[in-house]
Amino acid sequence: MSTHASQSFLEEKGKYPGIFSWIFSTDHKRIGILYLVSMLSFFAVGVMLGIMIRLELIAPGQTIMPPQMYNAIFTLHGVIMIFLFVIPGLAAPFGNFFLPILIGAKDVAFPRLNLLSWYLFVGGAAIVILSLFTGGGPPDTGWTFYVPYSLRTGTNVTLAVFGAFVLGFSSILTGVNFVSTIHMLRAPGMKLSQMPLFPWTLYATGWVQILATPILSITLLLIILERVFGIGLFEASKGGDPVLYQHLFWIYSHPAVYIMILPAMGAISEMIATFSQKRVFGYKAMVAATLSIAFVGYLVWGHHMFVSGQSDMAVIIFSLLTFLVAIPSGVKVFNWVATLYKGRISLEPPMLFSLSFIFLFSIGGLSGLVQGALATDIHVHDTTFVVAHFHYVMFGGTGFAFFGALHYWFPKMFGKMYNKKVASVAWAIMFVGFNVLYFPMFIMGMRGMPRRYYDYLPEFQPLHFLSTVGSWILVTGIIILFTNLIVALRRNNRAPANPWNGATLEWKIPSPPPLENFDEEPKITGGPYEFTR
Amino acid sequence: MQETTALIHDHAIPAQGAKIGMWLFLFTELLLFGGMFLLYAVYRMLYPTDFHYAATDLNVFVGTINTIILLTSSLTMALSIAALERGNKKLSLAMLAITIICGLIFMVNKYFEWTTKFHHGIYPGSEALEARSHGENLFYGLYFVMTGLHGLHVLIGMIVLAVLFVFIMKNPHEKIALSSHQLKGILGSRLSIMNANNKTLWQSDLIDKNLKEMRVELRYEDHKKDKINHRDLIKLENGGLYWHLVDIIWIFLFPLFYLIT
Repeated sequence: MSTHASQSFLEEKGKYPGIFSWIFSTDHKRIGILYLVSMLSFFAVGVMLGIMIRLELIAPGQTIMPPQMYNAIFTLHGVIMIFLFVIPGLAAPFGNFFLPILIGAKDVAFPRLNLLSWYLFVGGAAIVILSLFTGGGPPDTGWTFYVPYSLRTGTNVTLAVFGAFVLGFSSILTGVNFVSTIHMLRAPGMKLSQMPLFPWTLYATGWVQILATPILSITLLLIILERVFGIGLFEASKGGDPVLYQHLFWIYSHPAVYIMILPAMGAISEMIATFSQKRVFGYKAMVAATLSIAFVGYLVWGHHMFVSGQSDMAVIIFSLLTFLVAIPSGVKVFNWVATLYKGRISLEPPMLFSLSFIFLFSIGGLSGLVQGALATDIHVHDTTFVVAHFHYVMFGGTGFAFFGALHYWFPKMFGKMYNKKVASVAWAIMFVGFNVLYFPMFIMGMRGMPRRYYDYLPEFQPLHFLSTVGSWILVTGIIILFTNLIVALRRNNRAPANPWNGATLEWKIPSPPPLENFDEEPKITGGPYEFTR
Repeated sequence: MQETTALIHDHAIPAQGAKIGMWLFLFTELLLFGGMFLLYAVYRMLYPTDFHYAATDLNVFVGTINTIILLTSSLTMALSIAALERGNKKLSLAMLAITIICGLIFMVNKYFEWTTKFHHGIYPGSEALEARSHGENLFYGLYFVMTGLHGLHVLIGMIVLAVLFVFIMKNPHEKIALSSHQLKGILGSRLSIMNANNKTLWQSDLIDKNLKEMRVELRYEDHKKDKINHRDLIKLENGGLYWHLVDIIWIFLFPLFYLIT
């Protein structure tokens, strides 16, 4: 064979030296790692802000910060975690790295556009961070930028909103790129019905990104125009309707929830199949569920506004549609469990994360139905019940899937194996910490503890205290997890090409993959999950 | 065993890919304006009479002229693409120039239209406007945001078309030079030119460590000023798609603002 097969994309010297070989590279694998590193940096900042929120709430009254700072910090925690971590989520790092490989392609359809979308991501992030230190100080509106407050506050909302606008562009370009890639570049013989499930979820996500994000762009643009020119489209004193802002915002931001969770579900399907050494149960049902979650998810935004003033008819329809989303989600959970049934299960670290994903996501999803039901929503609306719900879905769901995927694909991406025992311990600590942190919020919310409040009645203190202790446990787990991975990068414990006996295409090439991914264009004859024993 | 690196004979897939990408991008543009049309629909329903009165102040004549100009520009855009397809570079460039000029005239008209409104004291947050009813305020708010956003798109379209004009005008000349470190990935292989049946027409010597640089150059007859680079055609088609989109949006803006009296 020729010599170049032995050289991985990490060793390959590009046109430019040093760091430029990364930030000027259009190789989808390098861009994936760029996303991974930048997102994890923002994640670290978001975690620290979250810890500060919890620490402030450990006791009633002022503990470590004044109220205005508290408002700014929970806003930043939301903006950073949502726009800079869970929206790029699994799609940007793992999607970029593995989508072309999983469908047998050399790269994405538009590699330069791909690099541009990372530039926009970093640029948007820089603008958001700049908004903290300039103008009237960090925004204090909450990540939703609800009018009329976002139009009146003296803090630097304009710049922060512009940053989110730029991030939206990055997201759109990634979506356009992935959808085109899946249509144009599948390996010869790979029908859509033979694609692994992770690419399928990226496909559905791509469409949601294309069809939903522009609405956010125009909404954010309007906030900027309102603040600068005072047009009055959302200003009640000028005849505008503030509730319309909420509609426009959630027309994007509810589908965005599926941008966050769908790729996570895809990665979970890959891991469950590999660690059960079994074909995914009900492949076609999984694909149908993915597409229908994306579709129905587009039509349920009104459930964020049950108490904001909509007609009774609208409220009932939105509630009904919300319950409909639970059906495909339930299909997925059922199929994962059915895949486990009679499988050869090995409890490697990625599998631990996957199993806990199913557990936590189910709690998150079922608690979502409590809020989707009209009567109960009025009781729990804007309480910590909601906070617990979306942390179970976004962190227990997407977050745990992210760490699972990181452990699943780490050996492939970097060609090194981490210490599995330490990884499992980190998972166990995180799992315990997570539940101690967020489960008390369900109880407090039911009892009437409002979200986003700086102060609270003394009767909530024991649960708040417990929750804060949970945040310490969780963060310990996260630190162990990353230390373990960083140590693995420095050590030279080489990973084999296929450490998990996976069946999809990425396991058929060396770890880390060569620059061109495949020496020979793969020819696809069977389904994606044909495990060899 | 020596591996061959085939560089020539490309199936026309990338062209199709670029078009899919463009169509997806156009979806996003439609939805961007979709949010504004949604706001328009709601406020028009809430304040039908105010919208009626406010619209009487808009100059239907200028609006009509602008509509005709943009429709003409769409025609010349389509003609420019058709001419390039048929290999008539001069005609294509002329049509493209007319398209850009139409865009420019549209923007000049828009400028005078807006400044006239400003002279009458009608702009967001003005006193004259605040004295009027809520519905009229919202009408003008929507008017400035939507036509402003549309004007921005016309401007971007003009810039894109101007860049394409330069691309098409230039005589095609393609060159690639790979230096030794870029060749590392294909050490031990040969450069070859194959036809569609994988028959080798020419094959280079082995690419080894001693190779300093690899250059491939396509040169065309100097007097053939009308030679067309086929990649430009794809770009022009995509540019045309964008221009038509901008046009279509105006086709909706015109009746919604000017003709509802």
